[in-house]
Amino acid sequence: MFINELSNINGVSGNEDEVRKFIIDKLKKLVDKFEIDSMGNLYAFKKGKKSGKKIMLAAHMDEVGFMVTGIEQSGDIRFRPVGGIEPLTCLSKRVIIGKNKISGVIGVKATHLNTIEEEKSVPKFESLRIDAGFSSKEEASSKVNLGDYIAFDTEYYEENGICTGKGFDDRAGCSILMDIAGMDFPYDTYLTFTVQEEVGLRGARIAGNRVFPDICIVVEGTGAGDFPSKRDIGSYPSLGSGPVITLLDRSLIVQKKLVDFLLNVAKDNRIPYQFKRPNIGATDAGRIHISKTGVPSMVLAVPVRYIHSPCCIMLKRDYNNTLKLIEKGIERIEEVI
Amino acid sequence: MKDVIKRFTETFGPSGYEEKIREVIINEIKDYADYSVDKLGNLIVRKEGKGKKIMFAAHMDEIGLMVTHIDDKGFLRFTNIGGLFPTNLVNQRVIFSNGLVGVIGEEPRKDFREVSPIDKLFIDIGMPNKKEAEKKIRIGEVGVFYRGFDDLGNRFISKALDDRIGCVVLAEVIKKIKNPLNDLYFVFTVQEELGLRGARTSAFGIDPDYAIAIDVTGTGDIPESPKIPMELGKGTCIKVKDYGMISSRYVREKLIEIAERKKIPYQLEILLMGTTDAAVIQLNKEGVPSGVLSVPTRYVHSPSELADYSDVQATIDLLLAFAQEKLD
Repeated sequence: MFINELSNINGVSGNEDEVRKFIIDKLKKLVDKFEIDSMGNLYAFKKGKKSGKKIMLAAHMDEVGFMVTGIEQSGDIRFRPVGGIEPLTCLSKRVIIGKNKISGVIGVKATHLNTIEEEKSVPKFESLRIDAGFSSKEEASSKVNLGDYIAFDTEYYEENGICTGKGFDDRAGCSILMDIAGMDFPYDTYLTFTVQEEVGLRGARIAGNRVFPDICIVVEGTGAGDFPSKRDIGSYPSLGSGPVITLLDRSLIVQKKLVDFLLNVAKDNRIPYQFKRPNIGATDAGRIHISKTGVPSMVLAVPVRYIHSPCCIMLKRDYNNTLKLIEKGIERIEEVI
Repeated sequence: MKDVIKRFTETFGPSGYEEKIREVIINEIKDYADYSVDKLGNLIVRKEGKGKKIMFAAHMDEIGLMVTHIDDKGFLRFTNIGGLFPTNLVNQRVIFSNGLVGVIGEEPRKDFREVSPIDKLFIDIGMPNKKEAEKKIRIGEVGVFYRGFDDLGNRFISKALDDRIGCVVLAEVIKKIKNPLNDLYFVFTVQEELGLRGARTSAFGIDPDYAIAIDVTGTGDIPESPKIPMELGKGTCIKVKDYGMISSRYVREKLIEIAERKKIPYQLEILLMGTTDAAVIQLNKEGVPSGVLSVPTRYVHSPSELADYSDVQATIDLLLAFAQEKLD
């Protein structure tokens, strides 16, 4: 499991270089060949026992974050989100800015200074500033540039099988692909680490065309929503209940035979599983399955609480069960290929 | 033709689950042409000719729903597959792929003038509790409106005219063409209602010179309806534009010219909302000149869509003539 190192690396959409470097470094002894395309997607190719058919496993390297959009006379930094982030989750959080790794905080006034209206409302990104301790525009401009990427400053921490850190969406998926790289694949396999998923599944669009596999499994860290609710109208994935299987989301409806396949693999290996709440969200599979003449695709995910925030929580148990389900699934992939 | 319409519309097949309707269509056309099924499930029927490669597309899928939750009392919660309008749902019957029937109920409203959003609706399958319900159905099961075909004489009502009526048109043209002049691909596409997905991949594989989608379109001929030019009984609709495309001029003008020459009743279509498979086929690879023939239909995306046989016939006639036309 590489989630510790992967979580601590900053790789906001469009700036995945460090993540890619890390993955190449760790996998170079395990795979046959690397390719990097024009967008920055990384393909780790592994020869299978048989050729003639291709398997694609995909996880995205990018995480949500921010970008510097301006510097005030005061030296405070204006910024906007890259990917979907609720302002609520960012208030008073520490961030790391740019290549110089400048520390800052998304500043919020102390409660004493708030007006009654301010107390009642959540600020929007337009009104938020990052305070990195600069006292003038000149000083800030010597360290920070327009367009610099900003990532949450969160150190990975793990105890009793509970993992916390940033970017588990989708470093959990990246880590699973890395863990699986050592296995003997039944067919030629492309472990594909995509870019810019969080800004619109952009890397996957060309990755699907380039690999054009016979089958694709997208591996994700998906939002757990196991919070108390009064209404008995449905639930979101929960921690501890195992890998999350997608039936339908905004970008993909999974073929029945693929859903049945995953359920069979889970049952035969006594792996717990749960369904993702249908019709919510989208993944790289949404792009990949409509590549060229079509690619049957499925999505498996580790349930993660608080995705797209500075601090995610995931259980090692769920991670291991997801890994196992994918591994066992690949072993008998000829049932659906 | 009436029996084909009845067979096609009454068959089960929401987006992504088109297996049954595909079988019914295959049975209808297999004596007339070769066919194949691609990886996403599109049914591709070919009538080989020496002229231009033309793709005709009609989607097999219909709007539907998916079960998302079974509550303690055995009621099912669901989400939409494609565009379900809440006003068309309350107390309608639905049927699932395993034949199970249920009725859509709604949580009591405070104000009877309100329309319940989909998360206030549920499906009652007559089971007393969760345990019994789970014996009948599981999360992820899909369903569609449960309404049969009714013949009204010149007109008819059914669910899923969108777009089984387009499938009927393609099937009838396949049966009638004996010596194809052009190289014809009739594609019964999947997942149109989820975002034109099957059309995208089938067009990529076929790489046609021209394309025409056959679908339904809205009308402006009901009481107090907005001023939309299309009417029932006035002929097939040659699309000018909709929300997703402006039809290619060469195709549109060719269709008009043929209709005039052969005295096939037609009307021009400008639709403000919605689009068809042609919108993605038009942008396939380096571009495909594309148009649409539509059957004017009332109450689209409801359990009871209503259309006129003469418009269906006009659509068949014009498509048949276009298929056998020498193109630039």
